[in-house]
Amino acid sequence: MDIWAPLLLSLKVALWATGLNLLLGTAVAYGLSRWRTPMAELVDSLLTLPLVLPPTVLGYYLLVVLGRHGVLGAWLERWNINPVFTWQGAVIASTLVAFPMIQKAARAAFEDVDPHLEGAARVLGLPEWSVFFRVSLPLAARGITAGALLAFARALGEFGATLMIAGNLPGRTQTLSVAIYAAVQAGDDAGANTMVIVASITCVVALLIAGRLAPQHSQRRSER
Amino acid sequence: MSVDIAIHRIMNDAQRRFELDVAFRSDRRRIVLYGPSGAGKSLTLRAIAGLLKPDRGHIVVNGRSLFDAARPLNLPTQYRKVGYLFQDYALFPHLTVAQNVAFGVQRGMFNPRRHGDMPAPALRWLQAFELEPIAGNYPAQISGGQKQRVALARALAAEPDILLLDEPFSALDPALKSRMRNELTMVQAQLDLQMLVITHDPADAEALGQHVFEIHEGRVRSESNVSA
Repeated sequence: MDIWAPLLLSLKVALWATGLNLLLGTAVAYGLSRWRTPMAELVDSLLTLPLVLPPTVLGYYLLVVLGRHGVLGAWLERWNINPVFTWQGAVIASTLVAFPMIQKAARAAFEDVDPHLEGAARVLGLPEWSVFFRVSLPLAARGITAGALLAFARALGEFGATLMIAGNLPGRTQTLSVAIYAAVQAGDDAGANTMVIVASITCVVALLIAGRLAPQHSQRRSER
Repeated sequence: MSVDIAIHRIMNDAQRRFELDVAFRSDRRRIVLYGPSGAGKSLTLRAIAGLLKPDRGHIVVNGRSLFDAARPLNLPTQYRKVGYLFQDYALFPHLTVAQNVAFGVQRGMFNPRRHGDMPAPALRWLQAFELEPIAGNYPAQISGGQKQRVALARALAAEPDILLLDEPFSALDPALKSRMRNELTMVQAQLDLQMLVITHDPADAEALGQHVFEIHEGRVRSESNVSA
């Protein structure tokens, strides 16, 4: 069986999901790292839910929201957009599932930036957005990248939520993990073996790189 | 040149409640706030820089109001034109010495280029502090005395109205301490710069202070105006 189509589709979906999460996860993480209230912790917990909820539950939520009769789905329908059974649907599922990976890592990285450095940049006359792009973001970049690699690995392996919303259409929405399931169901052990090895190697490589990038703890802080 | 400062702020955290109620004025060039650690000196300095908002009071530097609870006015840090030398120098670890010095001169979203032409004011200060040989090094690669020079050059390149120094010599070994004290005094005299130093070291107060305020438990306990 052709392993290239599902492999390429998986890479495409995982890259999209990682890219979207880099923007979303970083923005939310930065906001939460500044917004130090009990509300922020509640929001953080809610956003971490995808990490612990069964992916099928998430997929079901997505169907309820994005399906033809869903809140968002009915609205999208007016523009003839229907993400159910499309690769874009798979991107939405993977993005949601992998979101906490980047958000958690990015928040920890932003909170690890010495506040004195951001203060120094402000005293030197930089507006807040410059402080973000020139100090906070570069100093948090390693942590964010490590989170992005974990998110990529997670998105690549996404199965449950993807199957629920994008289905199992060979050549269109059949990602690597779904294809492995289909191959095993069909008794195609050789195909399953190849795909399992490819998926495992990709994830091990991503984890190795993420491990090398793990943020180094430094920066002493002084008060008063 | 003058400072007129009155800051009131109550700090609450899990361990203790601390009341800062500091007021002083001076028209001397070298002002020292002297007192034990935990007396509220750093809080005072942060309030002047706009990194901490007082509950009440006013902050006037050179006749320019930076904060006035009565009006109310609270100028953002970015517009206060203060130089700030942090106790740990707060050099940007991801930037070279040259990039650090040029940091405040370059506006916008990008940091100064690593191998680019330096803006004139930054180059001037890099030369003034003899930092050219280490211009391409990162903060982690240079000594304590060099770090302090870089931090000074960075602050001065932004052309501040007043220079605030938070325990500027506490991270240095004793031999270097007295050398850097002399160096700072010379720079101050050359530029006719107004500076406000906080320290717990009586030797700093003696060497640097023209007008010394002793801070104790959040209040000014005494002052001594050394005649010139």
